[in-house]
Amino acid sequence: MTETVADRQHAPHALELEDLDVIYRVRGKDLQVIREVTLHVKRGEAYGLVGESGCGKSTIALAIVNYLPRNGRVRSGGIRIDGRDALTLSGRELRELRSNAVSMVYQNPGAALNPSIRVGKQVAEVFSIRGASDDEASDRAREALVRVQIADPASVMGRYPHQLSGGMQQRVVIAMALAVDPALLILDEPTTGLDATVEAEVLDLVAGLQAELHTSVLFISHNLGIIRKMCDRVGVLYAGSLVEEAETAEVLADPRHPYTVGLLRCVPRGGVRKDHGRLDTIPGFMPNVGEVLPGCVFAGRCTLAVERCRVEAPEAHQLGDSHVSRCHFHEQASTLPREMRADLALPAVDRTAEPLLRFDELGKVFKQQGHEVHALVGVSAAIWSGETLGLVGESGSGKTTLARSLLGIVAPTSGAVTLDGRELAATLKGRGSDDMRALQIVFQNPDSALNRRHSVGKIMRRSLKKLAGLTGSAARTRMLELMSSVRLAERYVSAPPGKLSGGLKQRVAIARAFAGDPKLVVCDEPTSALDVSVQAAILNLLVELQAEKRVSYLFISHDLGVVRYISDRIAVLYLGRLQEIGPADVVFEGPHHPYTEALLSAVPTIDGGGRDRIRLDGEIPSAADPPSGCVFHTRCPRKVGPICEEQEPPLVDVEQAHAMRCHIPLEELRRLQVKEPEAVA
Amino acid sequence: MSAMTDDAAGFEPDAGLVPSEAKIARREMVGQLLRSKTFIIGNVIVGFWVFWALAGSSLTPHDPLEQTPAILQAPNTTYWFGTDQFGRDILSRVLAGATTVLTVAPLATLLAIVCGTAIGLITGYFGGIADETISRIVDAVLALPLVVIAVTVLTALGTSNMALIVVIGLIFTSPVARTVRATVLGERRLDYVQAAQLRGERAPYIMSVEILPNIAGPIVVEGTVRLGYAIFAVAGLTFLGFGVQPPSPDWSLQISENYTLLTAGTYWWTVLFAGLAIATLVIGVNLVADGLQQVVDQ
Repeated sequence: MTETVADRQHAPHALELEDLDVIYRVRGKDLQVIREVTLHVKRGEAYGLVGESGCGKSTIALAIVNYLPRNGRVRSGGIRIDGRDALTLSGRELRELRSNAVSMVYQNPGAALNPSIRVGKQVAEVFSIRGASDDEASDRAREALVRVQIADPASVMGRYPHQLSGGMQQRVVIAMALAVDPALLILDEPTTGLDATVEAEVLDLVAGLQAELHTSVLFISHNLGIIRKMCDRVGVLYAGSLVEEAETAEVLADPRHPYTVGLLRCVPRGGVRKDHGRLDTIPGFMPNVGEVLPGCVFAGRCTLAVERCRVEAPEAHQLGDSHVSRCHFHEQASTLPREMRADLALPAVDRTAEPLLRFDELGKVFKQQGHEVHALVGVSAAIWSGETLGLVGESGSGKTTLARSLLGIVAPTSGAVTLDGRELAATLKGRGSDDMRALQIVFQNPDSALNRRHSVGKIMRRSLKKLAGLTGSAARTRMLELMSSVRLAERYVSAPPGKLSGGLKQRVAIARAFAGDPKLVVCDEPTSALDVSVQAAILNLLVELQAEKRVSYLFISHDLGVVRYISDRIAVLYLGRLQEIGPADVVFEGPHHPYTEALLSAVPTIDGGGRDRIRLDGEIPSAADPPSGCVFHTRCPRKVGPICEEQEPPLVDVEQAHAMRCHIPLEELRRLQVKEPEAVA
Repeated sequence: MSAMTDDAAGFEPDAGLVPSEAKIARREMVGQLLRSKTFIIGNVIVGFWVFWALAGSSLTPHDPLEQTPAILQAPNTTYWFGTDQFGRDILSRVLAGATTVLTVAPLATLLAIVCGTAIGLITGYFGGIADETISRIVDAVLALPLVVIAVTVLTALGTSNMALIVVIGLIFTSPVARTVRATVLGERRLDYVQAAQLRGERAPYIMSVEILPNIAGPIVVEGTVRLGYAIFAVAGLTFLGFGVQPPSPDWSLQISENYTLLTAGTYWWTVLFAGLAIATLVIGVNLVADGLQQVVDQ
């Protein structure tokens, strides 16, 4: 710990993996999950490992800390941490390595902390293990918490993990990970469960600490935007094989592997909208775990693949200083055929007509341990036939409560929902079958949304019976029609959901929602549980269905790129109150509400640049005790004065079809939010 | 390349899917059970006693009811487990003694599972006042010592196997209902329940067709665990004289008839083997329960 930065530069790499093969033994067969991965993380470098679920990212992390599941082992190859061979260590040496050289931060901070031990004691434990006395350990724990920018360490130390928010929990975990001044810090999707604004803060913190402490970081993520923001170099992992590696900026600007090209293209970015055309997808599925692949691992899904790709494994082609691609035809990778046809006749939305669905002054109060929690406060908006209203906001903003009130799953405390000019009953009990058919939902998590004991056919036929009144052969015909319109092959009829991939499950859920020809489908984060390539296919599908059936969507998502792609108009919720609503482009391009501005600036994008990050101070206030005046004033970076604390601004039309709840006049906002030209992909 | 072929190509790698996928899943589960040593050993023990319960006295070396002058003989080559105070062969009586307990305990468990599942589904699914009321009654039953309620009720009803089944079944309904309720609460949060509500399904359908198949595993485990306790309960109540009556070779009856002899001298064999029989049966049932639990939990 006394070594200087200069020493470190001459020291061995923080991490070296050499031809690493990892296998899992399943039912007597060895499945190869990591295929000859070679990479190194230099001292003080942040290395990003990116790939979709099942590509082996986490397996690599587990192999490094020698923590593979019981049926997994390193078959061949080498792992060196800080110059030491990590594979031949004894139990004691291994423990020492874990306590001194490597730290790991996992995705779920709630599970990484012991729920029954106070935070202070848990953090202090890291120092006690290393021989500090109780007092000393406690002091150093306080310093560690200060280092991760916890403003009030004394009070945080006295609390239990569940009394902290997700962002705070992750800070504590990071504090513990950095406490030992590790040679290597492994971050495995550290912000995946967090809200955009909190994620941004945690990422800023990690980036700051990394620069300050010169820690070497292995950053694992599926999000290319985060990797761009955080990492110097990036490795792209596919089916356990490192297919491309280079400086981050170079990979993003000049990808030389078709998989990287596809991955970069299927993310909606640069302000692309559904009327610009379909999103690119990566056809097909990742090979099954451990499948024997004699040729290129990506050949099965590569539209450029030729016979050679299927039989001959490409070597690692060295392109320039540090750019490596495992593709026979790396110089052609960028010619991967695109798919940006704008051939869909999207419905023309007539906003002079009566809206399809209107909700007026919706309010919902939950009773929680004697407290009243205002989940929704006077939310009014309308959705016209054939359009998509995007709904954004952090967790706890009331997005889901709003959706469930419209559907009749929860009864609003006040306000009314009208469909085609008729007022709907507050709950499902009072709604007729026509109303039920008209409003359907696609849930976030298809695992939970489909009954795992019912086959796809049973799920579909029951919905057709209840929603469309079809039985027997008529139901079967319609079921096959629906399945083909969501591109589900007929052979899946008898399959239980558990045997389908996430994307296929979500297709079943979409087909089910369309069983009764709905007028409005609520999409509650329908792609956030899916990989980006699958996400693109599902978004394409939703847009096609909209073009075909003139259905309206209420689209809830925290992914602003996705919301922008699919939405005609966007509504922004904060603490149960509508802060802004307007056409998608207007809301995104600004001038926008300061909260919208902060949300937009928080999201790390692949394109990067453009906006300065706007920091939001503090945590989202509790809905049980909302701030006075404008509910956003406690975190607002553009607060103008006491008026924000005293008076709640009304939601007023600031321009054509664009309403906002802010004391700052539109022209002033326009001046403050000087627009910088946005990079277009 | 069009979107159509794009997505269509996407299905190929999953091509191993065949219509009987559900059956394969079931077969996998059976396979796992057959690999579980706990499950196999438990079944061998339980199977042994079920066999003798069905065979009854027809295969025993002696007639379990036949009284001979050879009273209170220690285990020897003729009477491997010795004889009791009426000169009856204890080995034959132990082998034939499984019948009552293996009739009454499973039927009582079945009753408890049926009633408990129904109550658990209703309280867990509806929640609210119905849940509060019924759950408090369930808690109240759980709080009373089993023997106290059973003895009181059986004294009022009179002793018969039927009375025993009803009393034990109803008392065990409480713990089953609690377990099922907790499991239903977990399932109820899943979105498929809301999806069913959103297509207008009624509560009985959702409870029986949507939720029940998903909680079948835990219910089977609960049933097996409960069977072990039911065997104890039947044995205990029979010992106290509320079950079958002499001269039945029932195990706990043997113990109750002979335990006074333990103080009189060294006639340990009159009690020991019946006691061991009860113990092995309960252990066997619990091993089966453990095996099932492990597979269901995966």
